Amino acid sequence: MKRLLVANRGEIAVRIIRAARDLGIATVAVHSKADADALHTRLADTATEIGPSPASKSYLVIDAILAAAKESGADAVHPGYGFLSERAGFAAAVADAGLTFVGPDASVIERMGDKVAAREIARAAGVPTVPGTPGGVADVDEALAAAEDVGYPVMLKAAAGGGGRGIRVVDDADALRTAFGQASQEAAKAFGDGTMYLERFVTHARHVEVQVLGDGSDAVHLLDRECSLQRRRQKMVEEAVAPGVSDTLRKRMTEASVALCRQVGYRSAGTVEYLVDDDTGEFFFIEMNTRIQVEHPATELVTGLDIVADQLRIAAGEPLRFVQDDVTARGHAIEFRVCAEDPANNFLPAPGALGRVTLPAGPWVRCDTWAEPDGKVPPFYDSLLAKVIVWGADREEAIRRSRRALAEFSVAGVATTAGLFGELLDEDWFTAGEFHTGTLEQWLATREGNA
Amino acid sequence: MPRHEVVSPIPGVFYRRPDPDSPPFVEDGGTVAADQAVGLVEVMKSFHQVAAGAEGTLVEFLVGDEDEVDAGQPVAVVETG
Repeated sequence: MKRLLVANRGEIAVRIIRAARDLGIATVAVHSKADADALHTRLADTATEIGPSPASKSYLVIDAILAAAKESGADAVHPGYGFLSERAGFAAAVADAGLTFVGPDASVIERMGDKVAAREIARAAGVPTVPGTPGGVADVDEALAAAEDVGYPVMLKAAAGGGGRGIRVVDDADALRTAFGQASQEAAKAFGDGTMYLERFVTHARHVEVQVLGDGSDAVHLLDRECSLQRRRQKMVEEAVAPGVSDTLRKRMTEASVALCRQVGYRSAGTVEYLVDDDTGEFFFIEMNTRIQVEHPATELVTGLDIVADQLRIAAGEPLRFVQDDVTARGHAIEFRVCAEDPANNFLPAPGALGRVTLPAGPWVRCDTWAEPDGKVPPFYDSLLAKVIVWGADREEAIRRSRRALAEFSVAGVATTAGLFGELLDEDWFTAGEFHTGTLEQWLATREGNA
Repeated sequence: MPRHEVVSPIPGVFYRRPDPDSPPFVEDGGTVAADQAVGLVEVMKSFHQVAAGAEGTLVEFLVGDEDEVDAGQPVAVVETG
């Protein structure tokens, strides 16, 4: 690998260019019209404009990216996250053009991107999935019998439903007996099909994920991250390693993740996402992300590894540089995603011109960003402005340093979510690590009610 | 006839349809109510409806489907009264 084209923008494009430079690999940026003067465009050794500002006409256009690769003499393509990163068709097109795709094979992306296929692979690898009936249950008696195996509370779901419609949660057999007929009738009316199936409902769920690296023949895990604090399914704060996960659970989850990688001969960096039931200590496979993730730096700070550099080495054909026993976590890291959104105005996106930009730094504070003084936050892409990642010898120290770091964060010209994190760090439930996937939205709703 | 300019409150990409497979919110020359949507603006992956802001006839769009717009930019004209 001599020349790497980075098929992305923003902080992750900057991050990838830096990793490539550390390894002595030349870099090619691609950019839209709006990003002609962006940091990634200027940092790369060469840059090519690939289209108008909207992503659908630039960063998502496979032919334009491949043409840029050809023109610049690139021999490899890193997709970053988002955009084309998990499109099997893109990985295949890159390979067909005779270039190295920095990620797993197209066939692995495809299989892991299919929810049903991914669950089957997980089961085959011995990775627990959410208990439930494989298909519909015929009647209330069959539902009651199935619920005994699945375990209460159960979700009663309409097979023909979707998007959260036609779902009921029942706590015990009596409630199931009452709800079944009614739910089935409603489903028949609403969706033209009364078939119901059952799935375990996790009342207190945490979202925990395991970072993995595979070279196609061997695989290791780089421990786990806590990602429960989400708004509208967008993660806002992540931690490594996850508080509230016991050593036993950690061992089982990480071993399961490595087994899953071996099952598919996984090659590259990836993340296996789980739902953890805080009440029972069980964990269930949700999905595997076959790309680098936004929150990878939290893992880098506790393991001392450069995940993007290892991703590049693996793509270049090198075997893993370390074995599992070499991977240990030191201290605790927290990542905050600072977005150009206005928390006082229902998180309205806040594009615009930046004035002064002051980014946090100092001991054990890392800030991955593309933002620069007098730069522009374009309206065309996601709102991530900067990631502030803070390390401490333990979680308490990481939280104290996070308060300092986020208080330093200041940009003029656009609203950001930095101040909100300052408030969050003073919440007792956060400092105690007592939260679940619904906690952040509940807190935001309460906060809004008070204001 | 008094002319009312419909203005996009935010910068982004203007769409005349709620989704690619649907008909436009309003055809040229169509009648609109004040609170009726005439388009969508996509900003940072979120979509915001642009309301006509006045009752009348939408006589002309000043921007095309999928055009980039600035905050405060007129996107259509409604003839009122």
